[in-house]
Amino acid sequence: MRRDPFQAIADPTRRAILVLLASQAMTPNALAEQFDMSRQAVSKHLKILAECDLLQTNALGREVHYSLRPAKMRELDLWLEQFRKLWADRFDNLDNLLSTKP
Amino acid sequence: MNNKLRFDFDVSDDNKSVTVIREFAAPLARVWEAWTHPRILDQWWAPKPWKAETKELNFAVGGRWLYAMKGPDGTEHWSQAIYSAIDAPRSYSYDDAFCDADGNITDELPGSHWDVSFSESDRVTTVRILISHRTAEDLENIMKMGFREGSSMGLGNLDDVLMAGA
Repeated sequence: MRRDPFQAIADPTRRAILVLLASQAMTPNALAEQFDMSRQAVSKHLKILAECDLLQTNALGREVHYSLRPAKMRELDLWLEQFRKLWADRFDNLDNLLSTKP
Repeated sequence: MNNKLRFDFDVSDDNKSVTVIREFAAPLARVWEAWTHPRILDQWWAPKPWKAETKELNFAVGGRWLYAMKGPDGTEHWSQAIYSAIDAPRSYSYDDAFCDADGNITDELPGSHWDVSFSESDRVTTVRILISHRTAEDLENIMKMGFREGSSMGLGNLDDVLMAGA
């Protein structure tokens, strides 16, 4: 299932995961240790980030490591998506206005 | 609504400008009016839950549009647009900058140049907006501001940390 990348950063935990992975690849366990939540909860967030096409997995040693997909995490793309959404919302408002007036 | 209405959003190759193209299922005259009359503009310009409030709009070359984006928590972001060219009802241009409630420009933040044009075909009006900045860095900073205006979520220093880790 392909997700809107906006959803990736719509959650503070996911934002924090992105920050962590920006500097180094990490195993799911190592990530879970950074947060006050279960491994399962962290896995749910990782799943969403993967569906947003932001993560890649590498086999470093015996465990799977997550890292950021460099092309997807171009910083400008993140902000562009938010900006685009602002315009989309704005235009939805205008659509509604144009359709309701006589 | 109508899913077939075009909505394009592109950044230029030099990363200094953004082009937004959007079609509306309405006659050009009404779309033009929605973009240039303060009472109508205020009804749609701000993405929810924000509200746009125009303090002044003098739609003439040299005139200005002084307006605020007001958030649900009382936050206000003021901007001022000075119209540099108007060719009604086809196009207009202005220079936009952040300011205070009295229209005093905030020097620390970059301004931008806007070219807005309207065309109609088969009862669909296409609006093209070209937003130009002096530098690629200005564009990036403006987008971050726009994001804060359009959403109550704060990404904080995420970008700083990402840059540090790059």
